[in-house]
Amino acid sequence: MWGGRPLSCGNRLLGVLGSRCRGARAQAARFTGRAEIQFNWTPQTKPWVFSDYRIMWFKSYRMTFACLSRMKIHRYPWTRLYSTSQTTVDSNEIKTFLALAHRWWDEQGVYAPLHSMNDLRVPFIRDNLLKTVAHHQPGKPLSGMKILDVGCGGGLLTEPLGRLGASVIGIDPVDENIKTAQHHKSFDPVLDKRIEYRVGSLEEIVQETAETFDAVVASEVVEHVIDLETFIQCCCEVLKPGGSLFITTINKTQLSYALGIVFAEQIAGIVPKGTHTWEKFISPEKLESILESNGLSVQTVTGMLYNPLSGYWNWSENTSLNYAAHAVKSKAQEHPVPAEFVFKGETEELRDKDSTDSTNPGVQEELKK
Amino acid sequence: MAARLAASRWRAPPAAAGPGPLLSCRRWSGARADAVYDVVVSGGGLVGAAMACALGYDIHFHDKKILLLEAGPKKVWEKLPETYSNRVSSISPGSATLLSSFGAWDHICNMRYRAFRRMQVWDACSEALIMFDKDNLDDMGYIVENDVIMRALTKQLEAASDRVTVLYRSKAVGYTWPYPFTMADSSPWVHITLGDGSTLQTKLLVGADGHNSGVRQAAGIQNISWNYDQSAVVATLHLSEATENNVAWQRFLPSGPIALLPLSDTLSSLVWSTSHEHAAELVSMDEEKFVDAINSAFWSDANHTDFIDSAGAMLQYAVAFLKPTKVSARQLPPSVARVDAKSRVLFPLGLGHAAEYVRPRLALIGDAAHRVHPLAGQGVNMGFGDVSSLVHHLSAAAFNGKDLGSMSHLTGYETDRQRHNTALLAATDLLKRLYSTSATPLVLLRTWGLQATNAVSPLKEQIMAFASK
Repeated sequence: MWGGRPLSCGNRLLGVLGSRCRGARAQAARFTGRAEIQFNWTPQTKPWVFSDYRIMWFKSYRMTFACLSRMKIHRYPWTRLYSTSQTTVDSNEIKTFLALAHRWWDEQGVYAPLHSMNDLRVPFIRDNLLKTVAHHQPGKPLSGMKILDVGCGGGLLTEPLGRLGASVIGIDPVDENIKTAQHHKSFDPVLDKRIEYRVGSLEEIVQETAETFDAVVASEVVEHVIDLETFIQCCCEVLKPGGSLFITTINKTQLSYALGIVFAEQIAGIVPKGTHTWEKFISPEKLESILESNGLSVQTVTGMLYNPLSGYWNWSENTSLNYAAHAVKSKAQEHPVPAEFVFKGETEELRDKDSTDSTNPGVQEELKK
Repeated sequence: MAARLAASRWRAPPAAAGPGPLLSCRRWSGARADAVYDVVVSGGGLVGAAMACALGYDIHFHDKKILLLEAGPKKVWEKLPETYSNRVSSISPGSATLLSSFGAWDHICNMRYRAFRRMQVWDACSEALIMFDKDNLDDMGYIVENDVIMRALTKQLEAASDRVTVLYRSKAVGYTWPYPFTMADSSPWVHITLGDGSTLQTKLLVGADGHNSGVRQAAGIQNISWNYDQSAVVATLHLSEATENNVAWQRFLPSGPIALLPLSDTLSSLVWSTSHEHAAELVSMDEEKFVDAINSAFWSDANHTDFIDSAGAMLQYAVAFLKPTKVSARQLPPSVARVDAKSRVLFPLGLGHAAEYVRPRLALIGDAAHRVHPLAGQGVNMGFGDVSSLVHHLSAAAFNGKDLGSMSHLTGYETDRQRHNTALLAATDLLKRLYSTSATPLVLLRTWGLQATNAVSPLKEQIMAFASK
């Protein structure tokens, strides 16, 4: 892609560095065209490889594009939800996942940590959903429930939910992922009937599926979207009142940079390089505030810890790396407080929970870490 | 990974499917009609039938399809035959718990079984003995005829027929293993071809087809095995007089162990492991001689030597000095009057252990995974232990919505059971070799060892606990 187009000045500079930095090749492509889609541009290369010279150039480009993005957003705030050209999907992320689209179902391959994460996330979803029903069918505990799996990838989490009896719709913006997922479930007649896959983003289906899902699952997704506010708003819209939203994601801390990016991606290769960008990680406090401001009452936030030696995940008190959150849409038809668009989330203040939660039903169990 | 899978592969025709993902199903035109089972158990013996039953009654398997393949015909049983069968098994409390978890134990109780409360094991070459019993004289184990267990399992399978299908007279002749995930266009399930040409697909194949397992061979799993130079003779014996008969007796002769297991007040079952020639002799000799041979095997002290006797007595004094409370005097088993006609049968013995119990979409249980000498009465109990463990892992996996053939929980089963079974197999083999000789140093070693073990109650309790699982 980058070979065919005339290189701009910036590209040439990056081309110089490109031989050392694997991420830079993809970035060169990003600069050409694609102006209609917002993107974040972050350095993905080993920090210690930089010389001062390169740092200057990277910083200047980063500031330029950050400015441009900010300007664009302020100009067209109302187009976010309804225009397909502005979306929460990040095209760079699409490219990363495209390269690995056929490796989803190798349990010992690149996606092994996601496979073993099912041992935590499936019981998490299942048990929290079972709390909302009086009795369930043995063998098919989730039967009768409609679940939306946003960013389903190859269907790693969609299939277990389908096996537990739920009707699941899985959506993913990467076409190849959906093909892989579709192909994989086609061999199992039971799953074939219970699961439906669609290519697309959440915004595209909001209109037709408003208030139809008992649960929405966005596992390892919110750290890849551009506009989290919109994303959460859409999640809320497609949920039935009293429906559950399940999110698993990565916290934005020093530790998550050191372990999640430097160690996991660059040193140990546990996660494919370029999968995550630290700027997009989100802290539980910020996530909670966005959820609450959209009318979703947070029930649980728990930390998850991955042991790379054993390959297993464990629940943890500590949310500084990975964590899971469960929020419930309020049953009463209250107007969600309009979300302030937040570009830099680090200075967000937590809302006072007590004032907004008076109308929310049920017992609140909040395990804030 | 590819090297681990079996030789027979299905050569799929080149992919005609382009972008349409569902087109891949079209190639398997016969396969479309095949049901995809969740679990197929190959082999309907005691352990295979128990596996199918346990899955059928498991709460998380209510939505799943289970199939049991049995090569033999269905045994129709009007009522309990009066004569006892000569093949019996010693069922440990752990196995009894498993059988009662799906309601089969109640049927056994309604038919017949015998509980025993004590076990005496002693040497022919010395006075050493070990006596096992539970403190409050609880049941240590149960002697049940294999036919009775099979009948109980069949009844429970019939009661669960909406979840478990049983195919009799169906022998699997070929297995096709799935490619690793990268071969995207082929079916990910195990294909089984039956003798009549029909095929099945399954997400998990459980091999329970005995020590010459076809499943294990088809998968190419290495099996460490050797034949013992011993055969076992079984028979049903009538005792001279009715006794309480709740003790299991086993004496280690130099030629092999002889065991008397209680069946009723007047009947006991014999299991005599001895050399092939002697076994053939025993089966063919006339009744009276046979009965005499049994009685003298249990009672005769011909193999005692003075040296060993005095050495043994020495240790006995020492033990009595340190622990004066319990004195186990050697007791004699009841004498045998006659043997049931036509109940004498012999079968060869050997040891076997599969190097791997699991492969992707495959698990081995029972004799297919391990074969052991009957001297410890553990063969079928190890099989039931396998069933227990595998059902536990599969149930948890089903409740988590996992793919049943996934190695992640199958390796959990393998680790659990290999640890237990390897220890037991090694111990049994060691005992067999140790007691197969009358060489003085070894006799001395085992005499003192047995006496010491008998004296240390915690050690005995540990052994009993391990064997009752």
